[in-house]
Amino acid sequence: MSTVVLLALTGLGLGALYFLVASGLSLIFGLMDVLNFAHGALMSVGAYGTWWAASGHLPGAGPGGAGFALAVVFGTAVGTVAAVLLELAVIRPLYARPREQILATVGVGLAVPALLSAIWGADARPFPGPEALSGTVGLLGAEVPLNRLVLIAAALVVLAALRLFLGRTRHGLVVRAGVEDRAMVTALGIDVRKAFTLVFAIGGAAAALGGAIGGLYFGSVDPEQGTSLLIFAFVVVVMGGMGSLTGAALASVAVGLVQQFANYYTTAGLGDLAVVVLLAALLLIRPRGLTGRLA
Amino acid sequence: MTTATRPRGETRAADRPPVTRSERFRRATRWWPALPLVVLFLVPYSALPLPGLLDGPIGSPGNLQLLSLCLVFGALATGYDLLLGRTGLLSFGHALYFAAGTYVTNTIMLEAGLPFAVSAPLGLLAGVALSALLGAVSLRVTGIGFSMVTLAFAQAASILVQRDPGGVTGGEEGRAAPADKLPAALIGIEHTANLYWVALAYLVVVLLVVQWAVRSPTGRVWEGIKENERRVEVLGLRPYGFKLTAFVLAGALAALGGIVHLLLTGGATPQTTTSDFTLSLLVMVVLGGSGTRWGPLAGGILYTWADHRLGDLSGSGAVTGLPAVLRVPLSQPLFLLGALFVAVIYLLPGGLVRLPARLRAARTLRAATGGKAAL
Amino acid sequence: MSTSPAPLLTVRDLRVVIGDSHILHGVDLDVAARGTTALLGRNGSGKTTTVRGILGLVPRTGSVLLGGEETVRLATHSLVRRGIGYAPEDRGVFATLTVAENLRLAERPGAGQPAYDLVHELFPELGQRAGQAAGTLSGGQQQMVAIARTLLNGNRLIIADEPTKGLAPKVVTEVAQVLERAAEAVPVLLVEQNLAVVRRLARHCVVLADGRTAHRGPAAELLADADAARRLLGVGRAGHDGAGPAPAGASAGPAAHPATRTEEAEV
Repeated sequence: MSTVVLLALTGLGLGALYFLVASGLSLIFGLMDVLNFAHGALMSVGAYGTWWAASGHLPGAGPGGAGFALAVVFGTAVGTVAAVLLELAVIRPLYARPREQILATVGVGLAVPALLSAIWGADARPFPGPEALSGTVGLLGAEVPLNRLVLIAAALVVLAALRLFLGRTRHGLVVRAGVEDRAMVTALGIDVRKAFTLVFAIGGAAAALGGAIGGLYFGSVDPEQGTSLLIFAFVVVVMGGMGSLTGAALASVAVGLVQQFANYYTTAGLGDLAVVVLLAALLLIRPRGLTGRLA
Repeated sequence: MTTATRPRGETRAADRPPVTRSERFRRATRWWPALPLVVLFLVPYSALPLPGLLDGPIGSPGNLQLLSLCLVFGALATGYDLLLGRTGLLSFGHALYFAAGTYVTNTIMLEAGLPFAVSAPLGLLAGVALSALLGAVSLRVTGIGFSMVTLAFAQAASILVQRDPGGVTGGEEGRAAPADKLPAALIGIEHTANLYWVALAYLVVVLLVVQWAVRSPTGRVWEGIKENERRVEVLGLRPYGFKLTAFVLAGALAALGGIVHLLLTGGATPQTTTSDFTLSLLVMVVLGGSGTRWGPLAGGILYTWADHRLGDLSGSGAVTGLPAVLRVPLSQPLFLLGALFVAVIYLLPGGLVRLPARLRAARTLRAATGGKAAL
Repeated sequence: MSTSPAPLLTVRDLRVVIGDSHILHGVDLDVAARGTTALLGRNGSGKTTTVRGILGLVPRTGSVLLGGEETVRLATHSLVRRGIGYAPEDRGVFATLTVAENLRLAERPGAGQPAYDLVHELFPELGQRAGQAAGTLSGGQQQMVAIARTLLNGNRLIIADEPTKGLAPKVVTEVAQVLERAAEAVPVLLVEQNLAVVRRLARHCVVLADGRTAHRGPAAELLADADAARRLLGVGRAGHDGAGPAPAGASAGPAAHPATRTEEAEV
């Protein structure tokens, strides 16, 4: 029983991480038809930003308590700025060329991790974190590491905030409408490009937050961390339905749990394999859900 | 490098009976690729140094090894462009078919003890079969869905290889090829020249196959699919079969490249199965010029050279002396390549090889408008 | 028929090329400052593309003057904010959004109070269904949402693309009534296949054939002439319609070229 609880919560923690990456990916793809291959890099930027600040480089920030919170805020802010720059400088000039947009994000996705490893080395760096979050807590007979619960809490907060944004604000309304029919939004007199930058900012913030808190989960940061998570985020996005936030949340949970349980109860790696094969199967079963907008 | 990049212009010229001087010139220059081929063939005999580009004489084993890799990747990128540049298919899983050639050939030699001459055709066959099977499935979806299905299959294979099922693939270490199963003339540092010629032969095969395929009726349908798939359907043709043909042909060429790479590097490594490997092919093609005859080759050679040489360069005095702002990014070949890639997408749509043509076109346009004014 | 006040919208030589296929070869049309101007033509003659071209929803060249201002270089949203309400061919209703959200999206912040009173007076049903997802509405109700969005702002021009398509006869009448009333205040450019609706609403008409303007003139005259209507609109069996550009003020052209302007109008 305790193993199941631990596996379930670890799976949910992993799912939470996937959600933080996939929510932005899904909104960006839903609204703009851009599959952002640089999204994993945005997560890495957030992780390194937080690590840099928490290692004592940012006045006031540090590995413990309020200092760590400040470091997370800093890392998230850096990731958000990076995402906005990506949209304005790389994506925007290529609006008329959708394939080039994807290729450009591929280039950025290669360059950013390389830049990170040029500055801080290719090896994993230990990730500082507050004492209070490094322990475990007894839950239903299992000793569950706190960092999983932090991840789950962060994902829930982000989910709630995004739902409020999409449901209650005019910008959120524009984003939801744009996911359905971008051209019609402009035909109502709304500059949809502002929404593009906005979803990039939101997606970058969520991914960077995922990187910052994911550092606690993995215990270290390395330049390729975000990129290696990206394919699982793709699975979540496809499974949840492009542009659907609730779908992404449910799919994150499913993917995280399947992966954890399959890796534990069968041979290691089979869970990863199962999830990736699931991606192919889903795309083949409901191609319309995906390609209807894009083909 | 420029006249022969317009194959259609050439054929039209060849059909016309009256032979002007410029036509004769064109026909003669049509065979210009033979010249660099001869030069490339003679490289192992050369002791000429290329300072800055290579360390020491060109014909040294180290340089021959690098040049061989350049040729193999140039050829590989040319084959990949059958999908991207000729048919308009963005596959993120091309590494899979390359790795199939490498791993199947190596595994048959290691596990079944068969000689290379038997294992290699089986490896090629495996690549063909795998690309036919997975292509048939992937091509049921279009657009970015196709890209993601190919990515998923390749990623699944990559995970499988790295998990080392039954100790067959060697996991993250990969496995060295068994020396006793390989032809003696292709092992050892003293035979680097032979390996180089194998790589060159592979390049020639790929160039000829791609050129032949692109000019065939099927190739013209590919062009139609790339431009507008629906119009091909309107003509009563089913794009699916044509796309699958391109996919399998590109897969076969990749598998063959995997076998050559196995010989060159003496083993199979899991790096060749990753999506990063496919992405690097993509960078090569776009860098050089997608959909052109020589672009992917140029991109592949440039990328491979840069990937190897920029790493060495970063340790050299020229870079370590620079201020940190420049030194740090310059020490990472992947950063440079990624940045260069993005820059090419913006500034040079069509890649490096279109640069001279674009400059010339601008010049001819000026000349033509001038000429019209004179009339 | 006098067209003395300057037209509100003047389109000249509008061309649309998508990919490498030409869809419009040069459309000329005027939308009068008052009343409804109908844009007619057979299926595939380029009516919807013309509308989308005017709005900049497809890449286009030529000249589009709105109230004397050249708009062909403006982005769609900037042009629309100059006072255009657009009800597209497929109604363009956001299915997952509620009726109220669909209407709220059409509000233009900073451009005066949205005219919800008018909308609810014309379509009391939309008030009752404010919280319902627009995708679950009937076709007629969706069309009401689409038209309501064009009436919400003090627009200078309303463009409605086949607003009665696929609707039940009773609903067609309702939609036509609303448009008739709207046209008392705002000029309307109406794409319409239903000639009864055209007859009821339109003062002027422009007919397209093969991506060009084939005829311009008073709507009543065209509809009164069975031959011309058949030839231009494909009502019933018609011969080949040659599609030369319409030279302004050309005298009677050869019979094989029914696409010249005055001939149709005067016959």
